[in-house]
Amino acid sequence: MNPRRKKRLFTVLAVIFGIGSAVGLTLYALQENINLFYTPSELVNGKGPELEKPTIGQKLRIGGMVVPGSVVRDETSLDVEFQLIDTGPLVTIRYQGILPDLFREGQGIVAQGTLIEPNVIEAFEVLAKHDEEYMPSEVAEAVKGIKHEKPKYNLNSEN
Amino acid sequence: MIPEIGYFALVLAMALSLLLCIFPLWGAYTGNLRLMRAAPSLALGQCLFVLFSFGILIYITLTDDFTVAYVAHHSSSTLPWYYKVTSTWGGHEGAILLWLVMQSSWTALVALMSKSLPWVLRARVLGVLGFLGVGFMLYTLWMSSPFERLLPYFPVEGRDLNPLLQDPGMIIHPPLLYMGYVGLSVSFSFAIAALLTGKLDNTWAKWSRPWTMVAWAFLTLGITIGSWWAYAELGWGGWWFWDPVENASLMPWLVATALLHSLAVTEKRGVFKSWTVLLAITAFSLCLLGTFIVRSGIIVSVHAFATDPDRGLYILSFLAVVVGGSLALYAARVSQVHSEGRYRFASREVALWLNNIFLVVATLIVLLGTLLPMIHKELGLGSISIGVPFFNQMFAILIVPFALLLGIAPMLRWKQNKLSPLAKKWLVNVALSLVATAAWLFSNYEQVSALTFMATALAVWIMFSTVSDLLQKISLQASISEGFKRLGLSYWAMVLGHVGLAFVIASVTLTSAYSVERAVAMKPGDIATLNEYQYRFDGVKEIRGPNYSGHAGVVTVLKDDELVTELYAEKRLYDIGMQFMTEAAIDDGFFRDLYLALGEQMSQGAWSLRIYHKPYVRWMWLGGILISLAGFIVLADKRYRRRVKKGAQA
Repeated sequence: MNPRRKKRLFTVLAVIFGIGSAVGLTLYALQENINLFYTPSELVNGKGPELEKPTIGQKLRIGGMVVPGSVVRDETSLDVEFQLIDTGPLVTIRYQGILPDLFREGQGIVAQGTLIEPNVIEAFEVLAKHDEEYMPSEVAEAVKGIKHEKPKYNLNSEN
Repeated sequence: MIPEIGYFALVLAMALSLLLCIFPLWGAYTGNLRLMRAAPSLALGQCLFVLFSFGILIYITLTDDFTVAYVAHHSSSTLPWYYKVTSTWGGHEGAILLWLVMQSSWTALVALMSKSLPWVLRARVLGVLGFLGVGFMLYTLWMSSPFERLLPYFPVEGRDLNPLLQDPGMIIHPPLLYMGYVGLSVSFSFAIAALLTGKLDNTWAKWSRPWTMVAWAFLTLGITIGSWWAYAELGWGGWWFWDPVENASLMPWLVATALLHSLAVTEKRGVFKSWTVLLAITAFSLCLLGTFIVRSGIIVSVHAFATDPDRGLYILSFLAVVVGGSLALYAARVSQVHSEGRYRFASREVALWLNNIFLVVATLIVLLGTLLPMIHKELGLGSISIGVPFFNQMFAILIVPFALLLGIAPMLRWKQNKLSPLAKKWLVNVALSLVATAAWLFSNYEQVSALTFMATALAVWIMFSTVSDLLQKISLQASISEGFKRLGLSYWAMVLGHVGLAFVIASVTLTSAYSVERAVAMKPGDIATLNEYQYRFDGVKEIRGPNYSGHAGVVTVLKDDELVTELYAEKRLYDIGMQFMTEAAIDDGFFRDLYLALGEQMSQGAWSLRIYHKPYVRWMWLGGILISLAGFIVLADKRYRRRVKKGAQA
């Protein structure tokens, strides 16, 4: 092999090696760090054609509207509990800490956390979008049919 | 009437852009010098009309003309005047107009500063810039005009600027970021012009380099300020979230950084030419992709921007034309590009090539992490999110070889090197960095994890290697002052840039490892302790600002019973949007920040408070500023200055 070819071969091999290891590492990291997104009804009724439900202890993201009147704050600590809804079932979120400024009842939020009971999530992060008119697009999609489908719960009374 | 004049000025600017796109390119194609000569005046004219139009937008905002939809949506009469000015780029339409201002200003600058270029090249560069101008102006006029009226029913009062954007950081962050973003279009145009001309020689690299450098410096500064704004304003104590919107600016930065290094090789050694061109194309394409991500709403992001599928589609089509067109041109011309220089494995060429590989891989990771959720969803596989841990993990892996290389590379010479004399020096530096890191960390902290130690050691290693190389190069000269003069500004820029990166790595590592936070509920008189500081809550007082009211939590910070500072952590309620905003109170320091955010009112006069102790967090922005300074310093380099002067006479 002449030196020019040799150099080329080396270059190509190095590039393949670089990209290969990058892809490998990425896939590995992705496996651990992809969080599936659920809406409250998907969490309770199952998601997709197979109606898959998350298992207890699984890390996930959930998005929905904060049910008005459901926010309960602990008087002495920073524990807070509230319920999320999209079209039907309610899911309870427990969180310890200060909620974002844009967190309000009736507002769309996204929480990230661990499933501790079939419909209870212990969140380590609660996100509300910068804009006051924001509804997470995932939630917007999920509640698209909300006008045609009568909510199974009355939003204004405690359940 | 006045808003219509602003719109009309844009129409004229667009007409001039169209001419700027057609005349010079046609002239260069047919060899018609007269057509080519029209380019600079068209560029200047276009810029003047855009500036005029932008001036009108500022004017109607300052005069509270709520018949204009943009003003009604993003400003209000109680907004302080400087935030009124800010509001002109606080929304989508205005931000795009700001983009146009930047774009046409860069174009005008290129027209003014390119007098020593051959006419064919000059015309083509300006023609390509004109084409980009047309793309964005058409977009503005067609679907994103900030001059649309709300007639006949218009509000008496505007909806105010999003309170989050009412912050000094937001006044300067978007212009700086756009300056950098759009500035990369200059490197892009040079690359396309060079491909069209078919002459990819060192002159092209020499020309492109200072422009790329300045654009990159602005981009660096913009990102740094953005991170500082997020930290100071969002009230959660974080500085980087790996949000799609943040990633949108990071990707062009990474590629532009690769481009700068690759341009240096192309200029000095005449190799990597086709690669450099590809990077220039990629960098700007990623800017367009970023705009698409931010403006189309296709990706879920915590940042809210006006989102509209039609607009997204336009930007996507424009992106496709730009990327497709330039890649086709690249494919057609790249076979003509030959690199003449030869080099061995142990050489600066290879080191810089590796640097490029790492930066491109980093870009791919960010790209993948940003786009994968979207692709996943479009494929009907459901909605996923790729969170902070993914990016952190990947970057933690990537930074190790990158930082090691960064300490070694500056000492390597072009073409080839004997490694053994250098290896000794490297071993000394490695030993020194390990000892210094151990001394630093173990004297300050009880627990030091292996990961923290390694990452800190890498930062120290970059610092030591850079400084020791600097000292050695100075010692080669007759005297120290001679050494300082001889080294040249590009070398100094490299030193600054690398030292800046060392600061950033150290800061990211230490602040991630040793930041502590406490969320507490406190009544007046209560004391909370965090690290060596005591925080005494003295109650809240009412505050009233120009367009908000609220409470300020008064907290006295003590250390060993001595007063450190008094902090006011505010909770504001903005009058118009009735939106709550946390205004964190920060006691900044070189070694640590004390950061306080006021939460909600609880029962019996108690308030929730979040207290953070963040060591070395300020180094991050110090590092960012140093890095961008590196870009600006190169401008003062004699090589570039002389050429500008020569250009001015010609």
